[in-house]
Amino acid sequence: MTLKQIEGSHGVAETIALCRPEVICAYPISPQTHIVEGLGEMVKAGELRAEYLNVESEFAAMSVAIGSSAAGARTYTATASQGLLFMVEAVYNAAGLGLPIVMTVANRAIGAPINIWNDHSDSMSQRDCGWIQLFAETNQEAMDLHIQAFKLAEELSLPVMVCMDGFILTHAYERLDVPTQEQVDAFLPPFEPRQILDPSHPVSIGAMVGPEAFTEVRYLAHAKQLQALDLLPEISADFKKSFGRDSGGLIRPYKTEGAETIVIALGSVLGTIKDVIDEMQEAGCSIGVLGITSFRPFPLDAIRDALKGAKRIVVLEKCFAVGVGGIVATNVRMALEGSGQQVRTVVAGLGGRAITMSSLHAIFLEAMAGKLEALTFLDLNSEVVDHVLELERNVRLSGPVAESVLRNIGTVASNIA
Amino acid sequence: MFQTRIHGRGGQGVVTAAEMLSIAAFLEGKHAQAFPSFGSERTGAPVVAFCRINNKEIRLREPIMTPDSIIIQDPTLLNQVDVFQGLKPDGYVIINSGKTFGELGISEIAAKLRAERQVCVPATEIAMKHLGRPMPNAVLLGAFAGITGIITLESVAAAIRNKFSGKVAEGNISAATAAFDYAKQQLSLLEVI
Repeated sequence: MTLKQIEGSHGVAETIALCRPEVICAYPISPQTHIVEGLGEMVKAGELRAEYLNVESEFAAMSVAIGSSAAGARTYTATASQGLLFMVEAVYNAAGLGLPIVMTVANRAIGAPINIWNDHSDSMSQRDCGWIQLFAETNQEAMDLHIQAFKLAEELSLPVMVCMDGFILTHAYERLDVPTQEQVDAFLPPFEPRQILDPSHPVSIGAMVGPEAFTEVRYLAHAKQLQALDLLPEISADFKKSFGRDSGGLIRPYKTEGAETIVIALGSVLGTIKDVIDEMQEAGCSIGVLGITSFRPFPLDAIRDALKGAKRIVVLEKCFAVGVGGIVATNVRMALEGSGQQVRTVVAGLGGRAITMSSLHAIFLEAMAGKLEALTFLDLNSEVVDHVLELERNVRLSGPVAESVLRNIGTVASNIA
Repeated sequence: MFQTRIHGRGGQGVVTAAEMLSIAAFLEGKHAQAFPSFGSERTGAPVVAFCRINNKEIRLREPIMTPDSIIIQDPTLLNQVDVFQGLKPDGYVIINSGKTFGELGISEIAAKLRAERQVCVPATEIAMKHLGRPMPNAVLLGAFAGITGIITLESVAAAIRNKFSGKVAEGNISAATAAFDYAKQQLSLLEVI
């Protein structure tokens, strides 16, 4: 292994190269672009032997990925935000066909209003598409998860999305442990497909399936995802044996033992939350945090066990279902059915809004005091919101909302966070 | 943990400066995390980048709200951005300017800070002389090493070589060295007074 001080995107690119992908479909979109650019440089320099395709859109990227994976090639692509939305039809097909494609989603908000910053709205929009979704807490874990993702995908013949926070991780320079080719080769055997398009042994993939069999095919997709609940911890344990690090698995508890309040979150915000938990525990607070690594499949049993004994659960999520509330929280409530434990949702970090230690500290204290509402938006500027609502009550031609909010907020260039 | 915030304008290598600072700290065996104020990098627009240095793993991901040091690559930002926001009372300030703090109109702020922890360095002029381009970013890291001692000049040079090569690397290194000496000289003048 080699320690390097590099950008998260570059760390992922180097790791993907070590996984020996045979086909890489590249279409640029922030904040993912540095990953496929990095791979492109390696292919051009002759360091990586792979078919590198500059496709004309994200829809083409996933369509090509489907073709190459069906032909038996280890296939990789990456996207974010509107790019993910543009490829959605093919994303569902990749899962439905059971093709073990690995894709990085550099998590970014979805427009309108257009916003290039981080939240989880993009991958959460695809939570029901049949792909396995793993969320990385750090850049090191993002790298490690990709190695594990190929292994899991090819074992189950299912596509895997590795989600990493855009900019916060992709553009951060950190100390990263880059494994050797020998280590990765020993952990990740060559791709042995469960289905293959081969002219010498003709088969068809993608048959029309009517009412007589559709339920069964869909049920098998569900059953396969449930197999991942067993496989993910196994692969994570094997990974630790080979690489000496804890990475992946289903969930990651931190100081949850005996905690009355447990915070749940996904992705890079876990680091900041852990610093807050340390501070609060030192001050005598009974609070811990549970990270969810595998969002699909959703580890209902593991989460129920990890939350046993906790009085209050606070789900902090970087996305929400408009008109309902928390997405992760809804899943957590399923895990806690019948337990009587209180679940509160805090929506935070939308469109790159900084999630600060001081805001987290304050909201966690509120939660512990039982004062938190069922759904809270962290650091919401209520004054501006009320102003726009009042305008809409009083003026028929109230104009576009985003522009109203911007006018109320004024200049933003002078703000640090 | 030592936290640095770098202010400049798009095109001045603000993000690269933070990255090089993190590389220099890494080379000294420390943990370091550098990241940009995401997405706002347009030529001429105010840009902020951050760098944390610590002896243990850095988990915190919030922007740097209470910096231990601030590097200002473009003094025209002084009237536009609250660059000193959250600066610790014993913090460091390094400004790219041939003027004094008084001439820049910030003597009130300077008075609150320790005299040996603030310096104006004509980094753009130094860059023009050694590099032939008005790029103050690596130059100011030399001054940073000079007044903070958080990293050595050798590590700054190594970080520059990591990011650049050939003439650009060598020009930046000699400019950073000149800025290191300039900052040290400013400090020694202070001792004489």
